[in-house]
Amino acid sequence: MTVAAKPTMIEFRDVHKYYGDYHALRGITATIRAGEFFSLLGPSGCGKTTLLRTIAGFEEISSGAVMIDGRNMEGVPANKRPTNMVFQSYAIFPHLTVAENVGFGLRRARLPKEELTRRVGEALEMVGLRGLGARAAHALSGGQRQRVALARALILKPKVLLLDEPLSALDKKMREQMQVELIKLQRQVGITFILVTHDQEEALVMSDRIAVMFEGEIAQLADPETLYRRPTSRKVADFIGTMNFLSARILREDAQGIEVEAQGLGRMLLDASQAPGAASGTGTTAGFRPETATILFEGQKAEREAMGTIDEVVYFGDMTYYDVRLDGTEAPIRISMRNVFGRPVLDIGARARIAWSPGAVVLFR
Amino acid sequence: MHSGGEMEQETRWGRFRRSEAAQGYLMVGTPALYAILLLGAPLATIILYSFLTDGYLEIIRDFTFANYREAWTNELYRSVMLRSLWVAAAVTAVTVLLAFPVAYFVSFHVAPDRKSLWLFLITIPFWTSYLIRVFLWKVILGFNGVVNSGLMGLGIIDEPLTFILYNVNAVVITLAHAYAPFAILPIFVALEKIDRSLLEAGQDLGESKVMTFWRVTLPLAMPGVIASVLIVFIPTIGDYVTPALVGGPEGRMVANLIQLQYLKLDNYPLGSAIAVSAMSIVTVVSLIFLFLNRRFLRGPK
Repeated sequence: MTVAAKPTMIEFRDVHKYYGDYHALRGITATIRAGEFFSLLGPSGCGKTTLLRTIAGFEEISSGAVMIDGRNMEGVPANKRPTNMVFQSYAIFPHLTVAENVGFGLRRARLPKEELTRRVGEALEMVGLRGLGARAAHALSGGQRQRVALARALILKPKVLLLDEPLSALDKKMREQMQVELIKLQRQVGITFILVTHDQEEALVMSDRIAVMFEGEIAQLADPETLYRRPTSRKVADFIGTMNFLSARILREDAQGIEVEAQGLGRMLLDASQAPGAASGTGTTAGFRPETATILFEGQKAEREAMGTIDEVVYFGDMTYYDVRLDGTEAPIRISMRNVFGRPVLDIGARARIAWSPGAVVLFR
Repeated sequence: MHSGGEMEQETRWGRFRRSEAAQGYLMVGTPALYAILLLGAPLATIILYSFLTDGYLEIIRDFTFANYREAWTNELYRSVMLRSLWVAAAVTAVTVLLAFPVAYFVSFHVAPDRKSLWLFLITIPFWTSYLIRVFLWKVILGFNGVVNSGLMGLGIIDEPLTFILYNVNAVVITLAHAYAPFAILPIFVALEKIDRSLLEAGQDLGESKVMTFWRVTLPLAMPGVIASVLIVFIPTIGDYVTPALVGGPEGRMVANLIQLQYLKLDNYPLGSAIAVSAMSIVTVVSLIFLFLNRRFLRGPK
């Protein structure tokens, strides 16, 4: 089943949220599909956690509607919603054992004791904590606590699992491992996952679709590739990865495309899809990602070339980042080069021929 | 020569260490001496007395268990001891039950920047002395007191209520008021320590607010509740002033009995035996609660 064919699980209809005078959510309208791994991405204070909490029922919205599986959630308290949450702090009950934590939500199901034990055991097994049921909650490591929080939420078979920056407290290795495990887990259980994160890499790695939020609004909602390759605004482009911006001028716009002259690169003809954003009124800019341009070796030829001087060299081992000042421009652009065998790392001040392609350029206006 | 110098350094180092230890002992020594003189010595004396025999005008140095036998078998002493236990338990129950909602309100419903103000307000009763507060209750509960004249003025009662002063009820009311702040503060501290996301987690996992309170808030507040119980129970069981002033003849507690034995009847050994018995009972009750607390504290963060 393709993603587009999946039914809607969550729908935001012009959701506003005020804290006193502060306008935290400014008209959120979006749909999240069933079985999707969806991410809310944005800097701190952008409203992504608030939006997640409106789904869970911890925040009442000021106006608009939040629908879960076709039902308006207005007035439905958190304990009556078909959602479960993994909290940023994990919120593991310190007075209970691991098994008691995982089985917490099953009290109301009034299961026989063996059935309860079996289901808790299954849930622990699913998150890789088999045999740790009797352990006291405070004797767990950060990664284990997170797994307990996951098991505790998933054991209730919610329609939607909400994850509030679940990986931010883990170290880098553990985080990367958990990212993969979460993706696998989501595929296994098929539940809609909604992840809040400020880590763009995490969002790109894990999500089917991402909503990028700034200041209480969704700036762009798309799949990771579209978001990366065709950002609709400079802000989104800047937040997700790195993008070089060159001031540009539109010469002609017709059925064949948009003819643009960008500083340092010259004239090019762009397809209409390369200008995905609406006009912002802040001037026209051409942007491209650091890996879409290359510094040419001596003797190499390219269709499109530009000249520049190397301003800064940052060596990363597998990659080298060059800041290059194109002739006729002020601010340097960044180019990332894979350190393949035989290629020397260039020095600051060296002249460089840059190969670039109009197809990689995004136009913001 | 060289090794000699090293040895000299060694001993100097050793001396330095010893002197630092000595300094420590000196610092601990003064309060320790104070504690031994003012707490240990009187306690030892009382324990010693409790095993001696009472003569008419003097204490006979004959070792005996007779005082304890008397203290534990005499109907009068036993009933006063039981009443003390009962009053202390009632005061503790009333105080802690009333303190919990106050602590809960301040912790959960008062804005963070207002909390210290609220705690400050709670300490207002302490601005007057304990004795004066007990007298105030006498004025409030008395035959012509605030309660009676108020109710009579409103025409609710025709003659003054007599069951509110000079009995056990008055003792319970007065002590519960006196110890309220002591009970509120430990519960408040325990509630403050509860991570609020735990309560959201409780609701997220399908429990109502009431059930979340029972399953999450209350168990996590138990260390504070037990601390409150101990703080209220231990001093109230041995309280002397309140039963003496508002308790009347039927409100007498063990401290009044001990005072009677010592100062009125001049029976030091029996008074001491009652005192030691009361202390033992308090110790046992406290140990039970400490054990309970250990159970609740099994998962500290």
